[in-house]
Amino acid sequence: MARTPIGPLEYTRRTWMRLTLLATFVFLYAPIVTLVAFSFNDSRRNIVWRGFTTKYYEKALGNSDLIEAFVNSLTIALLSTVIATVLGALTALLLWRFRFPFKAGYEGAMALPIVIPEICMGVAMLAFFAKVGWPSGLPWPLSLSAIIIAHVSFSFPFVAVVVRARLAGFNQELAEAAQDLGASEWRVFWDVMVPFMRPGLVAGALLAFTLSLDDFVITFFTSGPDTVTFPVKVYSMVRFSVTPEVNAASTVLIVLTVVLTGIALWMQFRQEKKSS
Amino acid sequence: MEDWRRGRSAFWLIGLGPTVWLVLFFLLPLTIVWLYSFAELRGVVDMEVTGTLSNYARALDPLYLEVFGKSLVFAGITTGVSLVVGFPVALAIVFATPRWRPVLLLLVILPFWTNLLIRTYALIAVLRVRGFANFTLEWFWEQSTTLLSLLGLGSYQLLGERFEPLELLYNNTAVIIGLVYVHLPFMVLPLYAALEKLDRSLIEAALDLGASQWRAFLTVVVPLSMPGIISGAILVFIPALGSFLTPDLLGGTDSQMIANVIERQFKSANDWPFGAALSFLLMYLTFAALALRAVFARNAGGL
Amino acid sequence: MSSSGTAPAANSGSPIIEVSGLCKRFGSFSAVENIDLTIGRGEFFALLGPSGCGKTTLLRMLAGLELPSDGTIRIDGQDMSFVPANKRPINMVFQSYAVFPHMSVLDNVGYGLRIDGVPGDEIRRRAEEALELVKLGGFGARRPDQLSGGQRQRVALARALVKRPKVLLLDEPLSALDAKLREAMRLELVNLQETVGITFVIVTHDQSEALSMATRIAVMNQGTVQQIAPPAELYEFPASRFVADFIGSVNLLEGRVEAASGGRIRLACPGIATPIEMEQDRLPAVGSTGWVALRPEKIDITKEPPVEAGMNTVSGKVEEITYLGETSVYHVRIAPDLPLMKVSSANLDRVTRRAFTWEDPVHLSWTSSCGVVLDR
Repeated sequence: MARTPIGPLEYTRRTWMRLTLLATFVFLYAPIVTLVAFSFNDSRRNIVWRGFTTKYYEKALGNSDLIEAFVNSLTIALLSTVIATVLGALTALLLWRFRFPFKAGYEGAMALPIVIPEICMGVAMLAFFAKVGWPSGLPWPLSLSAIIIAHVSFSFPFVAVVVRARLAGFNQELAEAAQDLGASEWRVFWDVMVPFMRPGLVAGALLAFTLSLDDFVITFFTSGPDTVTFPVKVYSMVRFSVTPEVNAASTVLIVLTVVLTGIALWMQFRQEKKSS
Repeated sequence: MEDWRRGRSAFWLIGLGPTVWLVLFFLLPLTIVWLYSFAELRGVVDMEVTGTLSNYARALDPLYLEVFGKSLVFAGITTGVSLVVGFPVALAIVFATPRWRPVLLLLVILPFWTNLLIRTYALIAVLRVRGFANFTLEWFWEQSTTLLSLLGLGSYQLLGERFEPLELLYNNTAVIIGLVYVHLPFMVLPLYAALEKLDRSLIEAALDLGASQWRAFLTVVVPLSMPGIISGAILVFIPALGSFLTPDLLGGTDSQMIANVIERQFKSANDWPFGAALSFLLMYLTFAALALRAVFARNAGGL
Repeated sequence: MSSSGTAPAANSGSPIIEVSGLCKRFGSFSAVENIDLTIGRGEFFALLGPSGCGKTTLLRMLAGLELPSDGTIRIDGQDMSFVPANKRPINMVFQSYAVFPHMSVLDNVGYGLRIDGVPGDEIRRRAEEALELVKLGGFGARRPDQLSGGQRQRVALARALVKRPKVLLLDEPLSALDAKLREAMRLELVNLQETVGITFVIVTHDQSEALSMATRIAVMNQGTVQQIAPPAELYEFPASRFVADFIGSVNLLEGRVEAASGGRIRLACPGIATPIEMEQDRLPAVGSTGWVALRPEKIDITKEPPVEAGMNTVSGKVEEITYLGETSVYHVRIAPDLPLMKVSSANLDRVTRRAFTWEDPVHLSWTSSCGVVLDR
C-alpha cells in the first residue's frame, strides 16, 4: 500500500518531530519506569536485573515507620481535601456571584498561595505555629492538625480556580427556571448549583488530594518527629541511599495516584460526554 | 453578577469561611515572617522585632548575591530549555490525529500526578555514576569499540582505554536536568492551549504566500502563540526559582539555590530573621516576574 | 389562530395582568420606561421589538426575576410587584430552555410539583400527562442530552405548564430552532394555548412570529410601548413610523399637511409634483409634518398612467429588481432626493415575460384608502 504523502501541516507525521516526541517521553518516563521495574529486582544494588521478587514490598510493608508515614499522608490528604474543597467551592461561589468593594484585592490575596514559592509558605507556617504555640503531642489524628491546616491553606485556592472555571459556564437561566418553578434560594443552590458544580468539585478535590500527597517542602517545615509523612520519610531515606525498599514504597504511591487520577479523569470524561 | 448588598446574608454565609481561613492561616503567617525579617536575634532562638534592615543588608553580601544570581540563572536556563523542548512537543500534539491527541496529552500530564520527591529520587537512580545513563553510555562505548576493532582500528584506542563514567550527579548540570524534568509539563500545557486555538488557515496562508515552513513558523506560529509562551515561561520560571528539593537532592555543594539557604536559616543555622528576609526577597522576585508577565501580556495582546 | 378582528380575542371578566407605570432602570440606563399594559384571560399576547427594546426585561419583571424600579404589576387582581419569582402563579419557558441537565425528563417536568410538596404518584401522573400534552409521551426516562433542541423545548413547556400557572411566559421560544421546525412550532404553540386555555405572553423579535401567533401584539422600542393592537390592525394601521417600518416593509413619504377635513388629508411632498390625497379618520393638524405609509404590495406598477380617477400617481424609473419567487420587488426612483420606492408585484407570469426591466419608465399608483398618514 502506498503511503499517503505528508501534507504541509501534518507536522506530527514528520520523522524529526516524532523523534523529538519520543525522546521527550523517554526523558519523562525512563526514570519512573526504571524505578518501578527495579522495585521488583532481586538485587540490593539496583542496577543489574537479577530476577523478579516482591520481597522489597514485604520489607516495606514490614517497615512500621514507613507504614505510619503512609497512613499519615493519606489521612492528611483526605481531611485537607474535604476542607479545601468546601472552602474552595465557597470562594469560587463568592467571586462568581458577588460584586463587592476591593474585590480585585481579595482575588489577589486568594491567588497568593498559588504563586508564592513553597519555601516561603513553609517557613511562614513554621513561624506561625511556633509563634502561636500550636500544641504538640496531641493524640492522633489531632497531631496532624498543623500539617492539615498548612495543606488546606495552599490547596483551597487551587480548588477555587477549578470550580470558578466550571461556574463560568453556568447558564443563569437554570437557576432562574428553578426559582420560577417555586424553588427557594436554598433549594436552587442544592438542586441546581451543586449538581452543576459537581465535575468542578471532583476535579478540584482530586487536585487538592494530589497536591497534599505530593507536598514535601511545606510539610517538611510543619511536621514534627511524631508526624512524619510519606514524602518526608522518603526524603530522610533517600538522603542516605537508594534502596529497593524506597522503590517499592514509591511504586505503591505512584500506582495509587495514577489509579485515583484515572478514575477521576474517567468520571469527568463520562460527565462531559453526557452533557455534550 | 449581583451586588453584595442585595444578598447580605448569602454573601456573609458564603464568604466568611474562606476569608477567615485565608487571613488566619495564610496572611497572618506571612505577616509574622515579614515582621521577623525586621528582627534581631537575642540569644539562640529569641528574637526582637526592632525594625532593623540589617537582615536585608546582609542579603546583599556577595556570597548571597551569588546565590540569588545562580538561582535566577538556573531558573532562566530551565525556562529556555523547557521552551525549546516543549514547543515541538506541543506542536506535535496539536497536529496529531484526534485519536492520538488525548493520549499524548495525558502522557505529558501524567508525570505531574506523580510525587515530585519520587520523580527526583528516580532521577538520582538514572544519573548516578553507577546509574542507567552511564550504563547506556557504556554499552554504546563497547559497541563502538567492538565496531572499531572489527574495522581494524582497535589498536588505536580512539575512544580511550576504558569507559570513563560521566559525573552526572551532584553538580549544576544535574540540577538543570532535574528542573527541566520536573517543570516541562508546565511549559507544554499552555503552549498546547495556545497552539490549539491557532487558526490553521493562517499557517496555510503563510505557506500559500510563499513562506517556507521555517519562515511560517517564525513569523506566524511563534508570534500568535506568544500568550502561551509567556504563560509557560512564567509557570516554569517561578517554581524553578524557588526550588528546594531538586538542588538539595541533585546538586553539589556549589549548586545551592535561595530556597536551600532559607531552609538552612530556619532548620540548622537558626537565624530566622535572616531567613525571613531572604524568603521575602524571593517573594519579591516572584512578584517581579509576575509583573513582567503582565507587561508582556499587555504588549502581546496589542498585536 | 390569529384573528383579523380589532377587538382582543378573549376579554371575559377582569384582566389577568395589569401593568401600570412600570419602570426598570439599571443605573442611569432606563430599560423599561413607564409602561401601561393589560392582558386579558386566555390571550396569546406578544411583546415584539428589536433587541434591547426592553421586552425581555418586561417579561422578567412579570416573572419576578427582576424587580421594578417603579410602578405596579397586578396578576389576577393581586399586587405582585415585589413578590419573588418562586411565589408567583406564573411560569416561564426560558430562551435556552434551561432544562436541568442532571435530571431525567420526568424529574425535570415534576420539579415544580416536588417543590410544592405534591405527593409522588400524583407528580408522576401529572408530569406524564404534561409530557403527553407536548407530544413527548414515553420520553420521561430520557436524559436531556439525549434530546434534540426541539424536544428540549417541549420539556421546558411541559415543565412550566404542569404547574397550571395563570400565565405562561415564553422568552424567544423559537429563536434557537431551525427554520422548518420554527414554522411547525408556531402552529403547535397556538394549538397548545387553545387546548390549555392559559394566557400566553411571548417575547419575540421576529415580526412574522408575532403576527402569525398572537391575538394581540405590543410593539416596543427603547423601553416604551409604541402600539398595542391585533396583528392585522398593527399591519394595516400602524401608529408610528417605527411600527410601520418594524412590521413588514413600508414606503414612507414625508410631506406637509395642506388640508385635513371630512376624513380626507392632502399632503404636499417635496420632490413629488402632485399633492397626495389619503382617507383617514384621525386627522393631523394642518401645517404639521406627516408621513404617508404605503405597503409595497398595495401600490400598482404600470407602464401607462392609470385611467381611473382619484388615484395618487407618481412616475419614476426602475432601478433594481429583487426576485423573491412568488413576488418581485421593484425599486423605483421617483425623485433624485427621495429614497427608492419599493413595489412588490406577484409573479403571475414567468420571469422571461416580465413586464418591466431595469431603466424602464413606470407609473406607481395607489388609492387614497390603502395607506395611512402618520404624525410620528
